[in-house]
Amino acid sequence: MKKTYKIEVDCAACAAKMEEAANKTAGVREATVAFMPQKMKVEFEEGADETAVMAEVLKNCKKVESDCEIFV
Amino acid sequence: MTKKQKKVLIRIIISAILVAIFSLLRIENKYVKLALFLIPYLVIGYDILKKAGFGIVNGQVFDENFLMALATVGAIILGEYVEGTAVMLFYQIGELFQSYAVGKSRRNISALMDIRPDYANIERDGQLEQVDPDDVEVGTVIVVQPGEKVPIDGVIADGSSTLNTSALTGESLPREVHEGDEVISGCVNLTGLLRIETTKEFGDSTVSKILDLVENSSMKKSRSENFITRFAKYYTPAVCIGALALALLPPVVNLIMGNPANWQQWVIRALTTLVISCPCALVISIPLSFFGGIGGASSKGVLVKGSNYLEALSETKYVVCDKTGTLTKGVFEVTHIEAAQGVTEDELLEMAAYAESYSNHPISKSLKEAYGKQLETARVSDVEEVSGHGVSAVIDGRKVAAGNVKFMKMLDIPYEVPQKTGTEVHVAIDGNYAGYILISDIVKPNAKAAIAGLKAAGVRQVIMLTGDAKNVAEAVAAELGVDVVKSELLPADKVAEVERLLAAKGDKERLAFVGDGINDAPVLSRADIGIAMGALGSDAAIEAADIVLMDDDPSKISTAMNISRKTLGIVHQNIVFALAVKFACLGLGAIGFVNMWWAIFADVGVMIIAVLNATRTLKSS
Repeated sequence: MKKTYKIEVDCAACAAKMEEAANKTAGVREATVAFMPQKMKVEFEEGADETAVMAEVLKNCKKVESDCEIFV
Repeated sequence: MTKKQKKVLIRIIISAILVAIFSLLRIENKYVKLALFLIPYLVIGYDILKKAGFGIVNGQVFDENFLMALATVGAIILGEYVEGTAVMLFYQIGELFQSYAVGKSRRNISALMDIRPDYANIERDGQLEQVDPDDVEVGTVIVVQPGEKVPIDGVIADGSSTLNTSALTGESLPREVHEGDEVISGCVNLTGLLRIETTKEFGDSTVSKILDLVENSSMKKSRSENFITRFAKYYTPAVCIGALALALLPPVVNLIMGNPANWQQWVIRALTTLVISCPCALVISIPLSFFGGIGGASSKGVLVKGSNYLEALSETKYVVCDKTGTLTKGVFEVTHIEAAQGVTEDELLEMAAYAESYSNHPISKSLKEAYGKQLETARVSDVEEVSGHGVSAVIDGRKVAAGNVKFMKMLDIPYEVPQKTGTEVHVAIDGNYAGYILISDIVKPNAKAAIAGLKAAGVRQVIMLTGDAKNVAEAVAAELGVDVVKSELLPADKVAEVERLLAAKGDKERLAFVGDGINDAPVLSRADIGIAMGALGSDAAIEAADIVLMDDDPSKISTAMNISRKTLGIVHQNIVFALAVKFACLGLGAIGFVNMWWAIFADVGVMIIAVLNATRTLKSS
């Protein structure tokens, strides 16, 4: 299951941090963040609850980059 | 400017004015001065301090915010109030510029790709109603007025017009369309009102697919981008530790040696190196360059599905082409007519067209097309088809035979052997040889230029693979200047051939395959770079490919290669320039030759130059 989300992040380094944080979140198989189009693509683990996982992803991203946003 | 950017701009102005006023006041009292300068410092830097603090709490110690907070707080503690505030001020100016420039390029590129239709018109009770294209079902008739975009793929049910396809193909010449023609979404209707019966849903339409491709292209990162991300991960902490060592070690060594410690001097030098070493110039300019390159390519009608493919394109040394549909039009046409003595060319063509008039074979179609006039079927009688040989018929009372060489031999009629290659149709009238007509798949007008362009762009070998007959393939290859030609191949042979070439090439050399058919999909995914023809190509080929040529023009491959070269060149310029300036300043800063003002240039100045350089990729010619 793959989904693309719109995000808001200020710099490319911050986007890389978000990518790392998202990848470490349980339930995420692979996450890619593209700074230029401001998008995050998430591939979920089998049977993962998207909404719950994305809430967790946002929380983890906020930890590494306080003023980022993910529009779920 | 966005709201966020405006807010930062206002803070920059207020802070700059305050710094200027306080500097002019020439206050002697240290504490009063500190209290005054803290106002502009906090106005400009509060969010950085907050982020730095937040970062420490969450285990993200060594980032840009931390660098800036440490450098400026350090400077203020040492009594360098103006410098401390100025560093923060310039850092924010740099960040604002960066976010403005990046936002602007983003919008430019998006505008370039602005083919997303916002609505579709449906006629209800004689009134036009605008609806969301997502809600339009297949088979609905939509109305496209002049000046509007075609929102969904379909067939023209009524009306004729000219379409501007430039957003899709980069082709500036408008295309004429009439009732019954297929139209793809994303084109702009220029002149007449069109009623279009949709054949696809919005989500499956060309425009949605293209937007999806382009928007996802930045997800596939190039090696340069990955390199910089990894680099920044180790670089920033390394710089922080280095700066700490620079602040502590020399004074401690001085103390041990019995010299004065000179704390202030070494701490200032350490702070200077912190400012210099900020990696933003690299981190921002590289993805921006690739984004611009991909945007520039798409404005030329070349869709690149990822930065990694744009990068690989510049290293392409072998280009393997499919023949039919790639270098040739994939449409049969009469290319040569050779009439025997006593017969005119028109007469020969007329007889052949009438003899073949009952067949639907591509050969007969091309004969009828070349003849051009309406066929009066009453003139033809006694049509007899000899399978694998040809057709005999009675036309205007004369016995006409049209077919291949075998047919002429069977009828025992002496024939002429053509000098040129192609599919031959020999014609005999009343048992006498009347001449032959050559039919071949015609070469695309710019195929020859395309091959020459590839060679000029540094491609070592152009290889053509085809299922076609040897003599036809070799004639086309010689005409186009292809280096190697392999003919009479089955689809599986093509894969084997590409596998062999992939194994034989060098490590740093890339192989591109250009094709269009469904059976090309395996080869497209096997090659380093798969290039598909977008207009003629099958969906499977477009899906499997890494690069899609929207207007099927093979000369766009070299255009894309040049854009790729230019992009990579700019990326390398930026890496070398930024690292060179930074390392030079770092070295000089450590031994005290660079002051805080130079450090600000090494950070913000270099970044601005790198971003401006990166935006050049968008303007690829």
